[in-house]
Amino acid sequence: MAECHPVGFQWVMEAKARGAKVIHVDPRFTRTSALADVHVPLRAGSDIAFLGGIINHVLRTGSYFRDYVVAYTNGPVVLREDFRDTEDLDGVFSGLDAGSRSYDNSSWQYKGTEMQAASGQRDQEYGKRTRDGSSVTEAARGESHGSGGPDIGEGEPERDETMSHPRCVFQVLKRHYARYTPEVVEQVCGVPQDLFRQVCELVTQNSGRERTTAFAYAVGWTQHTVGVQYIRAASVLQSLLGNIGRPGGGILALRGHASIQGSTDIPTLFNLLPGYIPMPHAHQQQDLDTFVEAEAARKGYWGNMRSYLVSLLKAYWGEAATDGNDFCFDYLPRLTGSHSTYETVMAQLDGVCKGYFLMGENPAVGSANAKLQRLGMANLDWLVVRDFSLIESATWWKDGPEIETGEMRTEDIGTEVFFLPAAAHTEKDGSFTNTQRLLQWHHQAVPPPGEARSDLWFTFHLGRIIREKLAASTDEMDRPLLDLTWGYPTKGEHAEPDAEAVLAEINGHDSDGSPLSSYEELKDDGSTVCGCWIYCGVHADGVNQAARRKPGREQDWVAKEWGWAWPANRRILYNRASADPDGRPWSERKALVWWDADEGSWTGHDVPDFKPDKAPDHEPPPDAEGPAALSGQDPFIMQADGKAWLYVPSGLTDGPLPTHYEPQDSPFPNLLYAQQRNPVRHLLPPHPDNRYQPSGTEPGSEVFPYVATTYRLTEHHTAGGMSRWQPYLAELQPEFFCEVSPELAASRGLEHTGWATIVSARGVVEARVLVTDRMAPLTVQGRRLHQVGLPYHWGPNGYATGDAANELLHLSLDPNSHIQEAKAFAVDIRAGRRPRGTAALELVREYRARAGIDEGTGTEP
Amino acid sequence: MGVRTWIDSWPVYRQLKGTDPLGRGAAAKSGATARLTPRVASADRVVKSVCPYCAVGCGQNVYVEDGRVTQIEGDPDSPISRGRLCPKGSASLQLTTGGAREHHVLYRRPHGTEWERLDLDTAMDMIADRVIEARRSGWQWEVDETRTRRTLGVASLGGATLDNEENYLIKKLFTALGAVQIENQARV
Repeated sequence: MAECHPVGFQWVMEAKARGAKVIHVDPRFTRTSALADVHVPLRAGSDIAFLGGIINHVLRTGSYFRDYVVAYTNGPVVLREDFRDTEDLDGVFSGLDAGSRSYDNSSWQYKGTEMQAASGQRDQEYGKRTRDGSSVTEAARGESHGSGGPDIGEGEPERDETMSHPRCVFQVLKRHYARYTPEVVEQVCGVPQDLFRQVCELVTQNSGRERTTAFAYAVGWTQHTVGVQYIRAASVLQSLLGNIGRPGGGILALRGHASIQGSTDIPTLFNLLPGYIPMPHAHQQQDLDTFVEAEAARKGYWGNMRSYLVSLLKAYWGEAATDGNDFCFDYLPRLTGSHSTYETVMAQLDGVCKGYFLMGENPAVGSANAKLQRLGMANLDWLVVRDFSLIESATWWKDGPEIETGEMRTEDIGTEVFFLPAAAHTEKDGSFTNTQRLLQWHHQAVPPPGEARSDLWFTFHLGRIIREKLAASTDEMDRPLLDLTWGYPTKGEHAEPDAEAVLAEINGHDSDGSPLSSYEELKDDGSTVCGCWIYCGVHADGVNQAARRKPGREQDWVAKEWGWAWPANRRILYNRASADPDGRPWSERKALVWWDADEGSWTGHDVPDFKPDKAPDHEPPPDAEGPAALSGQDPFIMQADGKAWLYVPSGLTDGPLPTHYEPQDSPFPNLLYAQQRNPVRHLLPPHPDNRYQPSGTEPGSEVFPYVATTYRLTEHHTAGGMSRWQPYLAELQPEFFCEVSPELAASRGLEHTGWATIVSARGVVEARVLVTDRMAPLTVQGRRLHQVGLPYHWGPNGYATGDAANELLHLSLDPNSHIQEAKAFAVDIRAGRRPRGTAALELVREYRARAGIDEGTGTEP
Repeated sequence: MGVRTWIDSWPVYRQLKGTDPLGRGAAAKSGATARLTPRVASADRVVKSVCPYCAVGCGQNVYVEDGRVTQIEGDPDSPISRGRLCPKGSASLQLTTGGAREHHVLYRRPHGTEWERLDLDTAMDMIADRVIEARRSGWQWEVDETRTRRTLGVASLGGATLDNEENYLIKKLFTALGAVQIENQARV
């Protein structure tokens, strides 16, 4: 955090100054470690074993927050008799279809719920849930990030408030994690037992009524074939300790881009519509009502999904969207499986995808398996790149690595390339959503120079021109374009669209055109318009709430009048859980919101994340649906049962409980189970440039003996498009380097500031060598393990240059989120510069041959 | 210059008489230093902004003079950042005004070996034509006899330092075009 979010880290230091203990778990010793009380180096890719070990400690020592667990989690809920855990099946859960690499999650359900609910592969359940329609989306995998609220079916689950029933979640959890002992943690993670015990004690001592512990993570947790389950493991732990919805608690995703949270909320993502409404999959006879029936949870705020979706369709298609035509629901294109950026590359290689827009993105060096990205682009008809400078994704056709190796010749490449200069943040109005869901408006200071334009300008005018060209069309294909509401006011000599008018549409309005102030006002009859339901209120009263800037020193510690946080300006989600079931703060020290019986309302420092007048003793009528079905003691209002889930009956593709699997490419066998890798990880179709490696005890595994991990530096940003062209930053970190321990350097003849060549089954790169104690060797399964650190900011263009670490990466993805495993893989490292030209290809081929790699390697379930 | 001013300008005198006997602060300050003003002092306007790099969301003050951005500093009002910026945020001035930025549209024709210039309106018109064509060529009313109403001919991959309003229009337009391969850095 000190490296990548240095200014946010000041608050960690404030906490430390007030007595907080800071623990840093990272393979590397970084600037964060230097300021932490405890640094725990571990093997990259072993975090579930580590977190599972802490969970086991908490359960074994009884140091969980029992009142919180019983009242606010699904710990007491009893599971079905046919559920089988990894304990029973040696590393897999019941319902696995190894052939299709997928789970049927029927047996994962709560006992007493009548209908099987959908998992992340919700679509497979579509027929069952709607009792008609058949799916063509057998390939669909984890189509949405828990969006729509995973349903748990009809009926009341059976509960055991004593949590002693052998099939209740709490007991299942205990058995599942019993094998995650300190000895196993030491063997799997390379963390000595005394150090591990110290962490367990610090975390448990600092949790409970009076104290809370927070976990902060970044892509070091998400970029794995089990990335979602990493976060889930932290969720289980934090729920057991009562650290969710309370000040100083939580699991904080430290995101790395100014509006990456916003680009998920208002998604440019294939599987989502604004506000986490899932994109529809293809089904026969699917209309709006069957879609909502299939996708929306019955209870909680997802029960109102129809209102959110109809209001969005009204924002898209305005007058054309009527009750009579299902509000143009048919205009939404349909998915048939994953269409993630990696499938898009495959579609480019197949010649299906012919045109590609890159807006502020540099996949030629910034995406996993960068070579496949370039090969995909070389097979396009046309490519539009919008950026500040000539990034590698704009110039690969003349100076990319394949030109050097002779695999491609510029004259042979038919791709037409348009480079359009982009406007900077100082040259446009607009809002960013930061990592804590806070929207902040930035104001235009000057107009963009020359032909540079904002992406708002580009998108608006591209749409305008396309609509003008097709204005006379009577083709049904063009109706969604021609019916689109696209009349945004423009201003200035460039005819820049008014960003605040777009924000007003996102916020929404009623049938009189008056701005809405809350998603509670949204209707499912077409009388409200709202472009993103969770952002409803950001333009309440016609005022740009995101532009509020009352100085922090003039406000209390919550600072509610700086910007605007979704939803409803709440700063801590699920904060009803900061009070006990009766509505009193768990402790005065940790008070955040509470029930004021005299006023008959919730109140406190933060905006309560709860219906303001719902009393703690409120019991919903048995036939209630949606938010009305939540009791006064259900703080997790987006969940279908109002509870935090220690165990996930539906919503995930790869199991109800986090389980340690080895990374796709790993030098070690899985010590915990016979199952080596996540059995349902998402592998791309075989491609000669995307070969996987042998792992563990498989022959050939020893050819790639070192664990590698990629990361960022303070002085650069992602793939470098916003930092390698800045002289100050280029001077601070001028070229690609790798970090290795003195021991590894000695054994491989690597010299400090000299060159190293790093090889995987996908590619070869060279890097300057930084020999440092910061990369501590570990003892894993009785063997000395060295890890290689690879900051991934570079490419051949700009002032600071170097090979791209992404050349080494394979495409093996988390099956829920379709995110690549960039944080743990296996490589070989040798002294000296890499070969040039065809010799570079020959070296990789030689490694593959030596490891016995073919297209089946590493693809076993 | 009066005698008094003359004596006061003598560092040794200030060192002896002032509060800086070791001559490491005010006593050592030269006249040239005293006359220096911060480059923000002459700014015409201060525009409130937000750092475009990571997702902490540090406040920025953008200083504008004669229609040009002359400096970008941390905003002390921000309860998030309290005026601080990291090395990247501090380099925002180079990001926004640096010489490495391209100001013109560039075009590489199929099989071409060099960039060519193209004016913006022409480029927009050509891109619109190509979107229409690729969209049509990749159009699928149905897949396996099930309605899809979409195109696989056009795809987009966006960064995550775009504004919410920009993302909103991108998703809206591409969805209306029938494109489903719309992705961003959050996946990567």
